[in-house]
This record gives sequence, C-alpha cells and structure tokens, in this order.
Amino acid sequence: MRVLYFAWVRQRVGMAEEEISPPPEVRDVAGLVDWLSGRSDGHAAAFANRKTIRAAVNQDFAGPDHPVAAGDEVAFFPPVTGG
Amino acid sequence: MTPRIAIQEESFDLAAETARLTAGRQDVGGLASFVGLCRADDGLAAMVLEHYPGMTERAIARIAGDATGRWPLLGLTVIHRVGRLEPGAPIVLVLTASAHRAAALESCAFLIDWLKTGAPFWKREEFEGGAERWVEAKAADDAAAARWTPA
Repeated sequence: MRVLYFAWVRQRVGMAEEEISPPPEVRDVAGLVDWLSGRSDGHAAAFANRKTIRAAVNQDFAGPDHPVAAGDEVAFFPPVTGG
Repeated sequence: MTPRIAIQEESFDLAAETARLTAGRQDVGGLASFVGLCRADDGLAAMVLEHYPGMTERAIARIAGDATGRWPLLGLTVIHRVGRLEPGAPIVLVLTASAHRAAALESCAFLIDWLKTGAPFWKREEFEGGAERWVEAKAADDAAAARWTPA
C-alpha cells in the first residue's frame, strides 16, 4: 500500500510518501490512521486531531469507513484550500 | 465539448483563453470568466500552492462534468496555478461559454465554488520576516459550494 501525505500532514510526518504493509486487521481509513499513528512521533503529531484530517483512496475523497486494501494508494491531507 | 483543464506553474492569458473558446464558431452568445488573484493580506510576501498530481486533474474533470451536465455549455476552461505566487499574481481561471448568459454565469460560479472545496490544493502563506502558515479551510466556502446541491 502506498501512502501519500500533503501540506502540513507531510511536514509533521516528515515524508511525502511511504510504502507500508499494515496487518490484516487494518480494514478501513480510520483503522489505517490508528495504525499509522503508532509508527513515529511525527505520524502521531500529524494524526493527533482526526477532525482536521481528510483522506483519499485511489484518488477519490474517502471517509473514515472507506475500505483500504493492499495495492491501494491512500492519501492524507488537511481540508483543501484551492481556488 | 471537452473541457480544457490545466494545472501549471506558469501564468495564463485571459484574452488568449477566450479566443481559444470562440475561435471559428458563431454559436457562443455569452462568456463568463472568473480570475482569482493573490491578495497582499497582512504583509503577505508569497503564497505557495501545493496539489495532489493525478487526483487534482481527476477531481476537476469530475466537477467540470457536473457543470456540463447541468448547463448547456459550449466551452469550459479551468486553469489552476501551483508553486510560488506573489501578491497580485493570478491563481485560477474559470471560463465558460454558452449560447446565453445565465448558463455561462451560473456555471462559472458553480465551478469556482466547487474548486475551492472539491479539488486537492493547499495554500501556504509566507510573510515578510519569514513567518509562514497554512491557509485554513473556511466554513463560508463549504456553504458556497453547498448552495449548488439540490435540497
């Protein structure tokens, strides 16, 4: 699974992307956030306030209940501010 | 009609983009445009725009598809700049063409409202003196986009 980070989520995690192999009990976006939070202090800081985090799975916006699986591209970022 | 969607560091030329939509045709009765500019608020030195390559184009194509489904458009252009932009610089262009003004004006407003909330861009502000901060999403922008959703 490829995970991408953008904006201040990237700054806090300390990297733009990583390849991960989460355990099988990680089934959805919320579960992935829980698992990622334990990977480093940076990850924990990035995901400390879940309300400020948005996600996309395979380049579509996805809520916490959206399933994730091996081979997916999952991205985490703050609410968008374009335009 | 295939929407023209571009994500780029370089600036854009409104006159050239307008000419592109109307070249060789006489059925366009109305063109609407929106150009978003970088404001010099609070001693802003520059705005740095980041995006999610791939998803950005996909998200804008979906929004453009929604617009062409709702209004009888003859042309649609969205250009969004990324990278470092100084105050006064243009950031985003939305251009719509239709036979009549209402479709052009309404779809243009729809597109810029959705671009603010539905496409993966993030703005970081750099201030004179070196301070910087990420722009936070505004509830007013969510409300502006939501007004296009049928009750």
